[in-house]
Amino acid sequence: MVKTRSLSSNSADVLIYLFLGIVMISTLYPLWYTVAVSFSDSSAAAGGLVKWRPVHFNLAAYHEIMSDRKFFKAFLISIERVVLGTSISFVITLLMAYPLSKENAIFPGRNIIMWFLVAMMLFNSGLIPWYMTIKSYGMLDSIWALVLPYAVPVFNIILVINYFRGLPKELDEAGMVDGAGAWYLLLKIYLPLAVPVMATVTLFSIVFHWNAFFDGLILMNKPAHYPLQSYVQQLVININTAELTTDQLQSLSQLSNKTLNAAKIVVTMVPVLIIYPFLQRYFVHGITLGSVKE
Amino acid sequence: MRNKAFITNYYLMLIPGMILLVMFSFVPLFGIAIAFENFNAGLGIWRSEWVGLDNFTYMFQLSDSRVIFMNTIYLAVMKIIANLIVPLIFALLLNEVRKMAFKRFVQTIVYLPHFLSWVILAGIVTDMFSYHGIVNQFFGVFGFKPVLFLASNTWFPGILVGSDVWKEFGFNTIIYLAALTGINPSLYEAAAIDGAGRAKQLWHVTLPGIKPTIVLLATLSLGNVLNAGFDQIYNMYNPLVYSSSDIIDTYVYRVGLLNVQYGLATAVGLLKSVVSLLLIGVSYTLASKFANYRIF
Repeated sequence: MVKTRSLSSNSADVLIYLFLGIVMISTLYPLWYTVAVSFSDSSAAAGGLVKWRPVHFNLAAYHEIMSDRKFFKAFLISIERVVLGTSISFVITLLMAYPLSKENAIFPGRNIIMWFLVAMMLFNSGLIPWYMTIKSYGMLDSIWALVLPYAVPVFNIILVINYFRGLPKELDEAGMVDGAGAWYLLLKIYLPLAVPVMATVTLFSIVFHWNAFFDGLILMNKPAHYPLQSYVQQLVININTAELTTDQLQSLSQLSNKTLNAAKIVVTMVPVLIIYPFLQRYFVHGITLGSVKE
Repeated sequence: MRNKAFITNYYLMLIPGMILLVMFSFVPLFGIAIAFENFNAGLGIWRSEWVGLDNFTYMFQLSDSRVIFMNTIYLAVMKIIANLIVPLIFALLLNEVRKMAFKRFVQTIVYLPHFLSWVILAGIVTDMFSYHGIVNQFFGVFGFKPVLFLASNTWFPGILVGSDVWKEFGFNTIIYLAALTGINPSLYEAAAIDGAGRAKQLWHVTLPGIKPTIVLLATLSLGNVLNAGFDQIYNMYNPLVYSSSDIIDTYVYRVGLLNVQYGLATAVGLLKSVVSLLLIGVSYTLASKFANYRIF
């Protein structure tokens, strides 16, 4: 291979590496810039002096966040949401994917249930009926309103079903010959084998629950019950209230506390950044196994 | 061979999920009735006045409806095209990299924005494109006057499409990379022996090799023609750019929940759901026919 490389090939390589490097920097820069702003002096940040690194490095913004009880409360609600939502979805995904991965001949009714799942995934009632239903269950302002509507992640279930279908069919038969029941097979044989795909859907689930903001805004009447993203959305984004003029929009960008907002954004990013490296090695494998079929 | 106990246990496993699915996906479907009612929250779904298709005719008479529909289609189609092409080019370039450590490093970084929320990214993007933001400062160096990107109906749709591509191109690359690893390496050796350089190998081996994947992704994305991205637009737009970026979903939210016009908002949402479902049906049929694709 090495011998066939010509000079033109080498210059092509240089261009490719250069281009990929630029793309990489432009992906990372906006995030890095926000981190730099959050560690800068607030007047330097407002004056637009921050470019690559913090100007007059200080932790003032983070001190302010630490003393903000509401921010801390919202953070805890988000953690609660992620833990509850992800563990419920994990159990349900596994419980549904295992029987539904069987052939219809082995598990009568499987196809009908499958179509019901897909129909529920593809056709939704729309925002208003969905909101009214949750309201009618008396769930507004409760953590369950943020967790239970998403407890059955049909897309993830299909990924796991496809993964299970890729496993050798002899697993079940060997287990049955040895006298294992359906529950034993699921928990002792399939669950350990499903680690890559379950890690993938768990990552999706964690990220989904951590990032959701809109349901918090509409289903929680009291801002004290907002999860973190809803809280940050209200403070950082929602300054563009209905009657802004062009001039006001200009001055707002100067007035708003850039460093504090940046620090809030950074703190909100951190949990995803922490779990990302652990699960990243699984998800590429998990996605391609579940979705690309011969 | 398989006894009844197994099947009973299978059904037992499905029960919790099915109950939740019925509660939160199936039951809300009855609420679609609101689209055909002059809905009164005090009376509820069952006793509100039935008005037939009034909400739908009213919807088509609204001067906004045409603009909103066109905005939705325009933004969604632009995003679909960009999100097919940019990841493809990126995957092809990444595939040429022989240093595995570098390749993995690049991948790790470009996947990352996919996992961050639009609340966070909108905060960052809005700040960067603000009047005194880093983008205006950068172009100021070359003598350009600062632009109010976020208040400009000319610039704002481009920023929406661009930032969406920025967030997703890395993640969308995964599927192309998976397809690229599926190409038989002996094809490259044969091409090299026949005297094909890297460009010719790309053209005659790589592209034909991933053509099915490209066709599949293009077909399936048809189902998203009415999804222009609520989370992003909701977090980035403002009243000054409604005329270029208000989409069906943001409109339903404003008219429905903020202005409490439940009937109209439900009608708009229902129409969107029905058309989307038809499009998904068409795209899935095409995908299974031409690319031999099955969901399960």
